[in-house]
Amino acid sequence: MTRDFVITLCDGPSCMQKKSKELKEAVEKELEKHNLANRVRINISGCLGMCKNGPVVVINPLYTLYGQVTPADIPEIIQSHILKNKPLKRLAIEEDHLYNRFFRVFGDVNFFGKQMRITLRNCGIIDPESLDDYLSVRGYEALAKVLSGMAPQEVVSEVKKSGLRGRGGAGFPTGIKWELTAQQNSDEKFVICNADEGDPGAFMDRSTIEGDPHTVIEGMIIGGYAVGAKKGIIYIRAEYPLAVKRLQKGIAAAKAQGFLGENILGSGFSFDIEIRLGAGAFVCGEETALIHSIEGHRGMPRPRPPFPSVQGLFDKPTLINNVETWANIPVIIIDGAEWFSSIGTQKSKGTKVFALAGKINNTGLVEVPMGTTLKEIIYDIGGGIPNNKKFKAIQTGGPSGGCLSEEYLDTPIDYDSLAKAGSIMGSGGMIVIDEDSCMVNIAKFFLEFTQNESCGKCTPCREGTKRMLEILTRLTEGKGQEGDIEKLERLGNMIKKSSLCGLGQSAPNPVLSTIKNFRVEYEEHIRDKKCRAGACSAMAVYEVTDKCVGCGVCKRACPVKAISGAPKAMHEINQDKCVKCGLCFRNCKFDAIIKKG
Amino acid sequence: MKKSVTIYINDKPYQVESGQTIMQAADKLGYHIPRLCYHPKLSIEGACRVCIVEVEGMKNYVASCAYPVAEGMRIRTHTKELRTARRDIVELILDNHPDDCHTCERDGICELQRLAYAMGLRHRHFEGEKKNYEKDLSSASVIRDPNKCILCGRCVRICSEVQKVNALGYAHRGFKTVVMPAYNMPFSESVCTTCGQCINVCPTASFVEKNYTQELFEKLQDPGYIKVAQIAPSVRAAIGEAFGLEPGRAMERETVAALRKLGFDYVFDTQLSADLTIMEEANEFLERVKNNGRLPMITSCSSAWMKCMEQFYPDLIENISTCKSPMSMMGALLKTYFADKIKKEPKKILSVAVMCCTAKKYEAARPELRVNGLPAVDIVVTTREIAWMFKSAGIDFVNIKGEDFDKPLGLSSGAGTIFGVTGGVMEAAIRTAYEIYTGEPLMEIEVNQIRGLQGIKEGKLDLNGTEIRVAVAHGLGNANALLNTVRQDPGRYHFVEIMGCPGGCIGGGGQPYAGSNSTPLDEECLKKRAEALYGLDRQKIIRRSHNNPDVRRLYKEFLGKPLGEVPHKLLHTHYKAKEPRGIVSQEMTLR
Repeated sequence: MTRDFVITLCDGPSCMQKKSKELKEAVEKELEKHNLANRVRINISGCLGMCKNGPVVVINPLYTLYGQVTPADIPEIIQSHILKNKPLKRLAIEEDHLYNRFFRVFGDVNFFGKQMRITLRNCGIIDPESLDDYLSVRGYEALAKVLSGMAPQEVVSEVKKSGLRGRGGAGFPTGIKWELTAQQNSDEKFVICNADEGDPGAFMDRSTIEGDPHTVIEGMIIGGYAVGAKKGIIYIRAEYPLAVKRLQKGIAAAKAQGFLGENILGSGFSFDIEIRLGAGAFVCGEETALIHSIEGHRGMPRPRPPFPSVQGLFDKPTLINNVETWANIPVIIIDGAEWFSSIGTQKSKGTKVFALAGKINNTGLVEVPMGTTLKEIIYDIGGGIPNNKKFKAIQTGGPSGGCLSEEYLDTPIDYDSLAKAGSIMGSGGMIVIDEDSCMVNIAKFFLEFTQNESCGKCTPCREGTKRMLEILTRLTEGKGQEGDIEKLERLGNMIKKSSLCGLGQSAPNPVLSTIKNFRVEYEEHIRDKKCRAGACSAMAVYEVTDKCVGCGVCKRACPVKAISGAPKAMHEINQDKCVKCGLCFRNCKFDAIIKKG
Repeated sequence: MKKSVTIYINDKPYQVESGQTIMQAADKLGYHIPRLCYHPKLSIEGACRVCIVEVEGMKNYVASCAYPVAEGMRIRTHTKELRTARRDIVELILDNHPDDCHTCERDGICELQRLAYAMGLRHRHFEGEKKNYEKDLSSASVIRDPNKCILCGRCVRICSEVQKVNALGYAHRGFKTVVMPAYNMPFSESVCTTCGQCINVCPTASFVEKNYTQELFEKLQDPGYIKVAQIAPSVRAAIGEAFGLEPGRAMERETVAALRKLGFDYVFDTQLSADLTIMEEANEFLERVKNNGRLPMITSCSSAWMKCMEQFYPDLIENISTCKSPMSMMGALLKTYFADKIKKEPKKILSVAVMCCTAKKYEAARPELRVNGLPAVDIVVTTREIAWMFKSAGIDFVNIKGEDFDKPLGLSSGAGTIFGVTGGVMEAAIRTAYEIYTGEPLMEIEVNQIRGLQGIKEGKLDLNGTEIRVAVAHGLGNANALLNTVRQDPGRYHFVEIMGCPGGCIGGGGQPYAGSNSTPLDEECLKKRAEALYGLDRQKIIRRSHNNPDVRRLYKEFLGKPLGEVPHKLLHTHYKAKEPRGIVSQEMTLR
């Protein structure tokens, strides 16, 4: 039945936290009240990428976006938008950033603002749990095209021509991986989707699957056909229950309709997909560790070669790609490699999804063509830094990426430029850092993560990052020594060049890049025992200024009795006793206590 | 024929075979790239990163143990940067390792120590927190000290790949990574078979045998005991290596003399009780053949194999020979026959076994092997321990004048000697069983079809028209493969010999550590040890167990008939299924 309106409610993690469920109930109630159930359909979508404005509601066909909607707003929206067909101005979001109306129909290539959605093309448009919805946006057409008229080698060469590179982080040319796997002679081959998204704060893959599971499934079937595999495995972390559920539903629906299983679309080609849950180890995103994990072993990487394409899962040739990579495949097949390769830079084609986070106005998911500059993302899409703070650095590539300073803001985002600047593309984490953050502390934070998540197999990563972390810790505690920076560099460079897998090879990046771009902060920590951002509390000095009225609040708050002073007279902090807890600073009602870095 | 490629090592061109790793190629060309986790018998781990080299065109260093050579490859093995990186890697290992070299069991024979010296580690740059774990002293045989572990993974690999026991695995992540049995439960309650191969391959002292040398030194001073030692065949084949002698030099009479100097009153030979084992086992086998008993009969001499069998193959218990091991037979005789003979109370006999084996410590502690309430063997020391004791007591082992074993339990046949090498028990049994069955001596006394280091060996024997099929496996991994065949096709073999360690007892978990120029479990070394035993066999006039006059006298004076009442009580035992906690190896339980 055709309906006049589709109301899409965002069910992404952020909106869910803001109680999007209650919204759904309110909408249902209101529709029932006006007897609109046959005119309006309710749609639950994955993350729409506008987390800041959540909960988000979209009403189609005009694609009106409403933000920060509460259940109390619903009657007004229905009244105005549905009954009077007049979008409600009060709650509608001006579409000036992050998320413009993107092409609603597959293949209609348009730039909306600075964003361009390929991976996320259907997210927010279709009901992810409805196969019909996916079909309505030309879903499984790519599969039909491949099975009805393309030889496996043609598919491989199409992917190769597209210039698509692995979106998991390393940026290995996808087509070459496919070609290598296809060339292997083996009785059995596998196709794996790496959905073990582990970077803290990153949720690109999760949102892709939650918003459009079929595109990943379709991509994998095409991959299986191209390389001659009959079995696909999606390795996804168990912390993503909604994504897992949608995949399960998607797989079941695709099977029921003959897109998956025996003799797909009558072509004689058979392919099946199985879901494997990961326990959430960061290192299992590394392909050989992931393979070990699927095999039932501890997730630990092994040296390559042999590459998985030659000897992978259960020692069989295995094609392993990341969620985002798979999601690009149907687009490449339908719109052609030539079109795809027209997007992006010379060596990096297509778009990339980033999880924009940190000190930035518009946090959320951003998909931009390769070649977009960091500045465009931060200021045009991201809306700049909140509270008029100064931009200090941008950290790209997740915990193993680097921190780039202001001078790199014009760097175009692609694999090679980011690497040249001293960072990495990674899987797409992007954290903006403002002047209130200490770069030593930031480096320590990321290294702590990689050290904890190191699989413990190779010496440089296991022992080396620990020693680096110890040095960083003493720096932030004001116990840095001359020579510490040199030690960090020596260890960092050795770990980068000697480690077994990508985790270790990139773990020192946050440290090395902050030393390179913010060396003076390190020096201040060591020589002046000073943290200019005031973030390293051990080095803070609290002082009473003449704003003090002698109220005595700080004196009572101080747990170590370091503050003295008669009532109504200016108080004083005994620096020898002070433990830098900051209670006086926070409790003073007159801003009379200042914190020096 | 493999393709030949040109590679350049430090700018010098070389023609090498393709398909090998950089390390393999370099080894043959005289470049010994430093290494640590690598072991030629185990899978490539690539973990320690000590063997890194520079390859032109590669952004990072590559682990030479894992990376294959390719045409035109330009390799550098010791540039300044590379040497610094290697040095730093070894320092990182050392920084998280106890600084107790001087009081460590492996002082002077530690791979890490040697490596640190070679890398030029003369001071520290990066010291910090060290790991701090409890030692696991629970096992009767193997002590696990995680503090000394450098996570090279050799123990994990030998346990899973060679032995297929999977007692060890990694737990936790990052700096907290540690090798442990499942659920960190005590070793004694794990699936560990106590074979001690982890000790053999460990580059440091993270695994060592449970040491009884102090207790033994004390008891040797105690005038209240009659101190009796027995020596396993393989001890004499390897003990010289602990004193810097080339592998393969048999030190039989020297060991006897040294033990006497150490304070033993009597030195007997486990080879005699090996002859006894053959008398019982060969007869048991023929009984089974004649009376349609359960076949194939499987040998029971190897203690690690026995624990393995109870855990993983309880369905085969009926197939296992009921004979005790030669060590326990000797122990039983010491506390009965011998005590009577010298008119001493059995408890006044200090029964000491010098073994090539760590699992024998576990066997000695088995309650079912006690004799009249007393342990048959009071103390088991390994080849390594006794060698250390000789050194500690100042005995000049290399130059000592050899002496003979004592009577009445010191004379053995060549069949008893070859018990120490894979295939030897079977060969010894064949020599005797053939003659008992056919009434004629076996002419081809050296049964070559079951000799050698091949994992599984098969042989056939014609007993007056009856074909007897035998099979031999050494190392628990090979045993696993052979026993799965037995499970599937029980009629395929009549007699099966299993030894728990690679090479048999000569490769036991208690044998001397590999010297500075060899790797543990080196096949050449095992071959030489085996040859030492075969050499001793060849030198003997008596090469069949049943011809050993002392064994004959023993039956006449004390034991009666093989499989009779006294042997049944003293020389035979029974086994029970065990269900260890933790993860049971998948390969082992698959039916």
